[in-house]
Amino acid sequence: MQPGFSLSPEQASTIAPHVDHLFYFLTGVTGFFAILVFMLIFVFAIKYRRRSEDEIPVKVHEPMALETAWIGIPFGLMLIMFGWGAWIYYQDYNPPAGAFEVFVVGKQWMWKLQHPEGKREINELHVPIGVPIKLVMTSQDVIHDFFIPAFRVKQDVLPGRYTELWFKATKPGRYHLFCAQYCGTDHAHMGGWIVVMEPREYQRWLSGGEAGETMEQAGRRLFQQYACTSCHFEDNTGRCPSLRGLYHSQVKLVGGQTVTADENYIRESILDPNAKIVAGYSPVMPTFKGQISEEGILQIIAYIKSLKSPERMSAGK
Amino acid sequence: MSSLTVDEAPQAASHVHYLNVKFGVKSWLFTTDHKRIALLYLASITFFFFVGGAAAVLMRLHLLTPGGLLVEPATYNKLFTVHGILMVFFFLIPAIPAVLGNFLVPMMIGARDLAFPKLNLLSWYVYILGGLFTLYAVVAGGVDTGWTFYTPYSSTYSNSHVIAAALGIFITGFSSILTGLNFIVTIHKMRAPGLTWFRLPLFIWAIYATSIIFILGTPVLAITIVLVALERLFHIGVFDPALGGDPILFQHMFWFYSHPAVYIMILPGMGVESELITCFSRKKIFGYKFVAMSSLGIALLGFLVWGHHMFVSGQSMYAGMVFSILSYLVAVPSAVKVFNWTATLYKGSISYDAPMLYALGFIGLFTMGGVTGMFLASLGVNVHVHDTYFVIAHFHYIMVGGMVMAYLGGIHFWWPKISGRMYPQGWARFAALVIFVGFNLTFFPQYILGFLGMPRRYAVYPAEFQVLNVMSSAGASILGVGYLIPLIYFIWSMRYGPVASANPWNAKGLEWQTPSPPPTENFEEIPVVTEEAYDYPVREAQVA
Ligand code: HEC
Ligand SMILES: [Cu+2]
Ligand SMILES: [Cu+2]
Repeated sequence: MQPGFSLSPEQASTIAPHVDHLFYFLTGVTGFFAILVFMLIFVFAIKYRRRSEDEIPVKVHEPMALETAWIGIPFGLMLIMFGWGAWIYYQDYNPPAGAFEVFVVGKQWMWKLQHPEGKREINELHVPIGVPIKLVMTSQDVIHDFFIPAFRVKQDVLPGRYTELWFKATKPGRYHLFCAQYCGTDHAHMGGWIVVMEPREYQRWLSGGEAGETMEQAGRRLFQQYACTSCHFEDNTGRCPSLRGLYHSQVKLVGGQTVTADENYIRESILDPNAKIVAGYSPVMPTFKGQISEEGILQIIAYIKSLKSPERMSAGK
Repeated sequence: MSSLTVDEAPQAASHVHYLNVKFGVKSWLFTTDHKRIALLYLASITFFFFVGGAAAVLMRLHLLTPGGLLVEPATYNKLFTVHGILMVFFFLIPAIPAVLGNFLVPMMIGARDLAFPKLNLLSWYVYILGGLFTLYAVVAGGVDTGWTFYTPYSSTYSNSHVIAAALGIFITGFSSILTGLNFIVTIHKMRAPGLTWFRLPLFIWAIYATSIIFILGTPVLAITIVLVALERLFHIGVFDPALGGDPILFQHMFWFYSHPAVYIMILPGMGVESELITCFSRKKIFGYKFVAMSSLGIALLGFLVWGHHMFVSGQSMYAGMVFSILSYLVAVPSAVKVFNWTATLYKGSISYDAPMLYALGFIGLFTMGGVTGMFLASLGVNVHVHDTYFVIAHFHYIMVGGMVMAYLGGIHFWWPKISGRMYPQGWARFAALVIFVGFNLTFFPQYILGFLGMPRRYAVYPAEFQVLNVMSSAGASILGVGYLIPLIYFIWSMRYGPVASANPWNAKGLEWQTPSPPPTENFEEIPVVTEEAYDYPVREAQVA
């Protein structure tokens, strides 16, 4: 992007036009009322200016209808603003099924990203157009925020848990990536680029360079390295639940609640296993807190997610 | 209020009043007179305002070039932190309540002082103590957390003087609580005979509502800050996930106070506005009860919208939606006020005395800030402009455009009462204009910057944002000059200004029925109130 002067940011995602339409609607409606108020003030201030020191104004009547109108009409319009905004927010929160996942770890002051195919990037993210991309993000230290103005998306990136952000790019190009949550000395330098490519070009980019292992393969390696396999067998034999088909299933806990096994749950199971105990099992799993890096945990999760099984069946679940 | 020259300046008022009843430093430092305490506050908040303003000037200078002109990023971060802390906690929050509120509440309700005069003096000392801790933090090397102190950055990672600054804010909070308490008791218990609730000036309603927030909100801030300090000192895990804490919890607690604090800052300004608009259009306020009740409505609803600062923090989608609709709800009473002020002008007798220019400027800037709040409350748009310059522009329009305009309007309005002197009207009108123009030039471009995606708290920025940043910095230099002009003529007027009469604006309100400056006991005899608020004379419309 060339340095230049424009009054609106580039639109490069499916959600961007929606946000802009709402923005212009808001500008129109609020602009109308603001200008109305300014004009009235202006007109009154001139028309009713004090002409003599002993001037006495006429009595004005205060119609109740007027008060009701200027409470009711703005509030009605605000309900539209609310509904429209909430509708976009709902889409922000709900990535389409089958979105392509990229994993993001923020740290003071850089972004580390990894594609499922194993390709790693720093402060840069290559994505194809027309494909929904879901970022699963965490931070190694303080709160950061992943912000792509051209896509109109933004999400805080927190230590100790995962947050998600998704988009579907619509226009090839290089777009700013900013950290939008103040995170210390070099906050303003914690940015980079989102590079949006035609799918064909993207494939070429992906296969270039050393291939390395995929996230899944790396996860499987770690799974063995940290001896998870000594307890978690492929089937439900042994004193531990099988992790096959765990992702997105409903897990029954000791105490009767049920949780959905999403990324945050799996992460917690590894780092703080006693926080939620699976019904029918005893709390024997050791914590791996401080032993596996944030990237390592993401890889193990990618591996666990790959263990699909339609006939997930077990005693406790 | 004609223009004047020095040799016209008459002798000081001859009666005994609160300023000349005693002299000497001690008579000020140990005073329990609410009017003198108001002046102690006036001097101290003016000091903090100009220190905080100096930080802002340095920031705007620095941002003239994309790579940053002046300082290292680490220093820039300290500048915006100091600017935020001083302006919010040591200027905006105490400004109108502690200066104008202190001076006016007893006089407006026909009392001789606040309910607890010694507590009132104590609250000033507490404020100063908090200020000293904060200044110490600045001098010792600064704080770089932002005024928001987000964890775990503030509690674990920052290598700056977080504890001293936090302690400063913690201590100052108690001054707010004491002041709020004092006002509530005074307003309940010490109104002059005949002064019923619905005869109270709207400034009193606004201060009353503000005091409720002071008392209910400030303790939460105090607890939050103590927890940050404990986590920093003893590593107890409250907010830092590495210690088993929850960083979002901090945001909930912080904004539970700090959103209502926004209304602490603006409600008193709205109160001043109602006084100015009525006096300078010589009319009863349009919709008295609506304006009074909207203050209470804002104070109460204001406690239910803190989550709108957290739309991208990772809170649940449904929480986001609830906070969005509640935020629209709290906007209604503010809109009601704007419409009622505008309607008050209708068929009034409008003068362009300096305070009125500030009052009209207030409506303009506050409206601009208010309507952009509609953008921020709308979830889909918020996600894009959250934590960008759009937000910076929005709250400066409310806090600086609104609140500071109202504060200056109030100071210009009551200055004759406070000092017994008039100031040069021409200069005062000129300053209002300079401030209005400078303000818009500084902050309007920031709306566009935010929409374009420039994040806040950036010491460096991409080159395409430079044009707008330069405009903003240019505006800031005009604004800075605009703020210095009143400082000069007010100081000048204390000695050379023409003596003010008891009621130079022909205003209604008990504070104008006593000499300027008032005697220590405010009224020789406690007045008895027989008329409604703002009972300016009216004539019946002639029927043709
Ligand atoms: C000492 C045996 C042991 C080891 C080693 C172990 N686990 Fe576990 N794990 C358990 C048991 C027992 C449970 C069920 C009780 C509970 O919820 O803590 C469990 C539960 C889990 C769950 C939640 C399963 C569900 O159905 O909800 C996950 C995910 C998990 N483990 C992952 C891992 C990973 C990854 C490793 C290696 C880094 C690992 N475990 C190592 C014993 C173990
Ligand atoms: Cu950052
Ligand atoms: Cu708020």
